Amino acid sequence: MNLSNLLFGIYPYIALTTFFVGSLIRFDREQYTWKADSSQIFEKEQLQKGSILFHIGVLALFMGHFAGLVTPHSWFLSLGVSDMMHQIVAISAGAAFGSLCMMGGVILWKRRMFHPRVRANSRFMDLFILNWILVTLGVGLLTIPVSIYHASSGDTSAMIALADWAQATLSLNADASLLNNVGFIYKLHLFLGMSVFFLFPFSRLVHVWSMPLGYMFRPYQIVRTKFVKQR
Amino acid sequence: MKVRANFSLVMNLDKCIGCHTCSVTCKNVWTNRKGVEYAWFNNVESKPGIGYPKNWEDQEQWNGGWELVNGKLQLKSGSRRNILKNIFMNPNMPTIDDYYEPFTYDYATLQNSGLVEATPTARPRSLVDGTRMEKIEWGPNWEDDLGGKFKHRGQDTNFSNMEKQIYGEFEQTFLMYLPRMCNHCVNPACVAACPSGSLYKREEDGIVLVDQDKCRSWRMCISACPYKKMFYNWESGKAEKCTGCYPRVESGLPTVCSESCVGRIRYNGVMLYDADRIEELASVENDQDLYQAQLDLFLDPNDPEVIKQAKEDGIPESWMDAARKSPIRKLIVDWKVAFPLHPEFRTLPMVWYVPPLSPVQSQIDQGNLSTMADGAIPSIETLRLPMKYLANMFTAGDEKPIVAALKRMIAMRSFYRSKNVEGKTDLAVLEEVGLTEDQVNDMYRYMAIANYEDRFVIPTSHEELRQEDFHTFQGQNGFTFGNDGCSISPNASLFPDKRKKTSDNLEFVRYHPAAKRSDGEKA
Repeated sequence: MNLSNLLFGIYPYIALTTFFVGSLIRFDREQYTWKADSSQIFEKEQLQKGSILFHIGVLALFMGHFAGLVTPHSWFLSLGVSDMMHQIVAISAGAAFGSLCMMGGVILWKRRMFHPRVRANSRFMDLFILNWILVTLGVGLLTIPVSIYHASSGDTSAMIALADWAQATLSLNADASLLNNVGFIYKLHLFLGMSVFFLFPFSRLVHVWSMPLGYMFRPYQIVRTKFVKQR
Repeated sequence: MKVRANFSLVMNLDKCIGCHTCSVTCKNVWTNRKGVEYAWFNNVESKPGIGYPKNWEDQEQWNGGWELVNGKLQLKSGSRRNILKNIFMNPNMPTIDDYYEPFTYDYATLQNSGLVEATPTARPRSLVDGTRMEKIEWGPNWEDDLGGKFKHRGQDTNFSNMEKQIYGEFEQTFLMYLPRMCNHCVNPACVAACPSGSLYKREEDGIVLVDQDKCRSWRMCISACPYKKMFYNWESGKAEKCTGCYPRVESGLPTVCSESCVGRIRYNGVMLYDADRIEELASVENDQDLYQAQLDLFLDPNDPEVIKQAKEDGIPESWMDAARKSPIRKLIVDWKVAFPLHPEFRTLPMVWYVPPLSPVQSQIDQGNLSTMADGAIPSIETLRLPMKYLANMFTAGDEKPIVAALKRMIAMRSFYRSKNVEGKTDLAVLEEVGLTEDQVNDMYRYMAIANYEDRFVIPTSHEELRQEDFHTFQGQNGFTFGNDGCSISPNASLFPDKRKKTSDNLEFVRYHPAAKRSDGEKA
């Protein structure tokens, strides 16, 4: 029970604090290292297949998890989404985008491991974070058969418990006991997933913060002057 | 009208001997580092040839530069949405083999080898992954002096609309050198394509730079630059480019490539242009009108209207003076002997070129080719380089301006030959090309003699104007207080290192994004 409390009562806060504060410090002090660190100059074909699938998958998964776990239960009910419906949407969207992400991820993994130029120019963290994400994703995909089994027997309690736990955690009321009746495979996925947030500021993942949506709205040309605006 | 000044170059290709001193000095100063060994901010290409990186001029392949979509200027790599869509994989970006795989040699084996029958050799090794390279098959200047088969170098896109096969024959072959660097364009495609907005043009001198802290390695600039003069540093994961040697230029010194040019082909100076007309003139419909459009963009520093507006726009008097004395302006505007490289890319480049003459001297000496009336200087029809080829390079295919420029250069030679050899002043030869005697004397001074102080007219950046009391620089120049490059903004940091309330008489010289920004156009 103590371990459970450590992993699901305290670790979420360690991971999230590291995620936010670590990102902020790195952005403030080490902005030169803040980049997507593209390796496209060395290899293009595998990247084309892998990167697009991976990114579409992983973005959809993030948004899906966020919407599914953080939206309060009552909102779903008032929108007329029953728990079973919720679970079926979660299973099918998760399976679809999880598979896309996995396909892309495996291509990227193969490329990073075995393409000599890409491999030679990979840092330890580049390999580590990619492996970690793929294991997290793999375990996430393994939860799908379990969830299908639950759904087929009309049981949505695991999903509800996970959402309750996530909402309790985000409202600073973490309660590990909410997960008492949740299967091991879910808990493993939770731990791995929280760790991605923990590792985030130390890896190339920081480029996610810099998603350049502002580009859509800025003028084409940028001119800067040395003269600081008079205050 | 909004007056802006641009530090610009002209290269007189008529005098380029293809020695690569510019490239080597540039490399020694700027790119002798891991991650950019393959990058040549300045390189010299033998033409015809496919160049560096391979086939860079072919925008059907690379989609660099701008194009007109329904009369409106848009990056050839696509709309803004399209560029963001390609952010996971940029389909237009060259890979390292399009440049060349950087290598070194195992020099140590020359010293460490034991006693052997055959002389030990230093074999090549890749600088990218450290593996042995059995054979080097491409390099930054593989086509030097027409190296390789015509079948290969004949893919040069400047042969478009030409019967190129005959130039593969030995008797018809031709060669010219093309030194290339960043053009510090007035309408740069690299800046426009950067999703994170890290690229910028400096308002004071027009030099285009990358904010290294702000670059996120989205690599859209690499493909958007039609001249392929944006480079990806694979070690740092950031874009790098020619800096216009701004630390030298700010102090009034020429760029390293210009300073070291043994042929004295490079001119550095200032051009004034109207920033309000950039979009209008970069979007003229016909490609062949772009040369004239860019001439129309330039402003006359002697025009009282321009002088008045320049004062309002904060152009220092010394810059106006430099603009009046600018050798660039003489070559481009007064004599019309210089041309932009591939104006059809619509970036309004600010490095211009004087096309080369190409007399076949041995045939002239034998009397086999027609000459000017003086009987010695060859006439334009007998030049070896096809006019169409030069026109494809410099005027989007319009031969008339190129022919006119070459005729003027020939007339200058004929005039000076008559003067020096026969002691005659042959004004007829000048009248034919519309030059006066004063003009041709100036041309001779600038193009033939090309003294240092005539080639380089570079005003300093006037750092002192940024300070209320410019003596504040005393005892402070060269100091920073650590981590000067980063922090969220100059006024905010997690770990503030400066006392904000007390006064500081020194504002650091930085092109920080939070500094005043003025945009050349509206979104």
